[in-house]
Amino acid sequence: MTTRHVVVVGAGPAGLAAAEAALAAGARVTLIDSADRPGGQYHRMLPEAYGAARPERLQHGWWAFDRRRRRVLTHPRCAWWPETSVWALERPDPTEPGVPRVHVVRGPADGGRRSRLRLDPDALVLAVGAHDRVLPFPGWELPGVFTAGAAQALAKGERVVVGDRVVVAGTGPFLLPVAASLLQAGSRVLEVLEANTAGTLARGWARRPWQLAAYGGKAGELAEYTALLLRHRVPCRVGRAVVEARGDGRVEEVVTARLRADWSVVPGTERTAPVDAVCVSHGFSPQLELPVAAGCTLRSAPGGEFVAVDDDQRTSCPNVYAAGEITGIAGAPAARAEGALAGWLAAGGVPDALALRPLRRSRDQGRAFAERLAGAHPIGAAWPEWLRPETVVCRCEEADYASLCRAAGNAASRGARVAKLETRAGLGPCQGRICGPTVAELSARLTGRPAERPAEGIPAAGPHHRPIAQPIRLGELAAAPEPLPGNTESHPSM
Amino acid sequence: MSPRRVRAESDAVGRQELPLRITVDGEPVDGIAGQTIAGVLLASGRLAWRRGRSGAPRGVFCGIGVCFDCLVTVGGERDVRACRRRAHDGDVVTTQNRQPEAGRATDPTERKHLGLPGEEDR
Ligand SMILES: Cc1cc2nc3c(=O)[nH]c(=O)nc-3n(C[C@H](O)[C@H](O)[C@H](O)COP(=O)(O)OP(=O)(O)OC[C@H]3O[C@@H](n4cnc5c(N)ncnc54)[C@H](O)[C@@H]3O)c2cc1C
Ligand code: FES
Repeated sequence: MTTRHVVVVGAGPAGLAAAEAALAAGARVTLIDSADRPGGQYHRMLPEAYGAARPERLQHGWWAFDRRRRRVLTHPRCAWWPETSVWALERPDPTEPGVPRVHVVRGPADGGRRSRLRLDPDALVLAVGAHDRVLPFPGWELPGVFTAGAAQALAKGERVVVGDRVVVAGTGPFLLPVAASLLQAGSRVLEVLEANTAGTLARGWARRPWQLAAYGGKAGELAEYTALLLRHRVPCRVGRAVVEARGDGRVEEVVTARLRADWSVVPGTERTAPVDAVCVSHGFSPQLELPVAAGCTLRSAPGGEFVAVDDDQRTSCPNVYAAGEITGIAGAPAARAEGALAGWLAAGGVPDALALRPLRRSRDQGRAFAERLAGAHPIGAAWPEWLRPETVVCRCEEADYASLCRAAGNAASRGARVAKLETRAGLGPCQGRICGPTVAELSARLTGRPAERPAEGIPAAGPHHRPIAQPIRLGELAAAPEPLPGNTESHPSM
Repeated sequence: MSPRRVRAESDAVGRQELPLRITVDGEPVDGIAGQTIAGVLLASGRLAWRRGRSGAPRGVFCGIGVCFDCLVTVGGERDVRACRRRAHDGDVVTTQNRQPEAGRATDPTERKHLGLPGEEDR
């Protein structure tokens, strides 16, 4: 039997665990990440040039991660491809789905002289993670308004803090580590605002508390952040949100307000606070362009759309597996468990191996956690009340709410795609990654029709359909792909 | 106040700083090895460096390569995500502007960054 070749896209908690398990099952692995160091979002590493003596200070579970990355990256059957972006997945024959061909460019981000390569693996593990979802509000396009993830990435990844009078707002437990990172870096966090009310949180979290206890690692981590916030006397308010950012050329103050359970503003509760930065997150959006390009079926869940997987992390496409936050937002421990299962099975490991039992259990706990998370931190239906006619909805094209309403009112223009052409919303450089779900939701409401969704089995023309998943320059595209480097090539730098 | 880098002496992670210098629209800007171009710009007190279609200022929003707000030109190469590209000593960075009337023409083959419908980018 020849050794199976497994390509893993993404070296975050899920991808790294997948690579490790696939190696353990005997496969040859190519581990790809567009970043120059492994770790993904959760284990974002400092640059090598920082020569950090105590990197564990910034990370939960640093030592376990450090051991795993060394084990994987130095393994003789593993080729580690950092600074490598998968820009397309090509299905060999649409009528006869096989493992998609993986097209990559290797080299500095968005550089014009990167080398173009392609891989034809026996199995593919997609572990490309998620990014913050941020709802629009007046002034959210001002410099100084960051996603919570941006603040986290800058603090953890290069020790840059976004400001010294910061409000952290939105919904979800992720707000806590972000506030904690800012405090540890010496910033002043004025307040942490959770938009959902105490009632919503209690109903979401208190249901079936034993599930939460089983997911103890995450609960302990969150308790630590809460203790840190208490120590620094940072007020954490529930049922309150940033509903406007103001300033001349940059954010100078925010307007916060009390919210009802549906996120409508309680009149008269508005307060302004001078700030130099705002960090906002209303949840996470999975990066679905590669799964959609591969032809994977999506599923709708309370928190949005995700890649549908079975109990073995298999997607609807043969030999394509998915793991981590693209299958549901459940945090790093669940991503690791999913990754390990996906990697083992993608490599042809036996599905009933004894060692898989704790992984499956941990994955199932993660799924239960994801459900509760989505239940406790929903996006309230009345959030569009925050919008004004001139509020920018699509950041790239600066399409405002009024133009979206006009497009919706025009009987000829129904559906997100038409709205897109009329308003240019979603047609800018980010290709609708930021505004896509919002535009789809607003259009659906304004027209009274359900949002367009990729239907089962049909290559989606929906919001995640981006034939070119990562930018590639014409010059790079015109160049013929280079022959593959040696199969077991491994990179010295980790 | 503006974004800043945590001082190395007081940083709990115990790290070194290897200085580097880039230019931004001709002006020298100091950073340290390992920083992204966005990190260098932010830590030097620049919160915004790109202009949108209306002329509105933009800088970093998502920080991880998703929103394309932070695009800059590096050594003549347009549309580089500053939050993803590591700075190198001597990098020549120029800022970008999407205002229809404001820009200078660039080579259309270079400008057409596939995956970015950037024709009107100037
Ligand atoms: C900015 C940000 C910061 C976060 N910080 C924290 C935190 O501090 N604590 C916490 O508990 N949770 C954090 N999260 C939540 C985080 O999503 C999960 O904790 C966890 O990292 C998810 O693991 P994953 O393996 O599914 O994905 P990720 O960790 O996101 O890893 C996905 C990897 O895939 C790579 N990738 C994506 N697309 C491509 C492509 N086309 N080609 C090549 N490589 C690609 C990415 O570079 C990335 O390294 C953060 C999320 C974001 C967006
Ligand atoms: S800040 Fe979003 S792409 Fe760089």
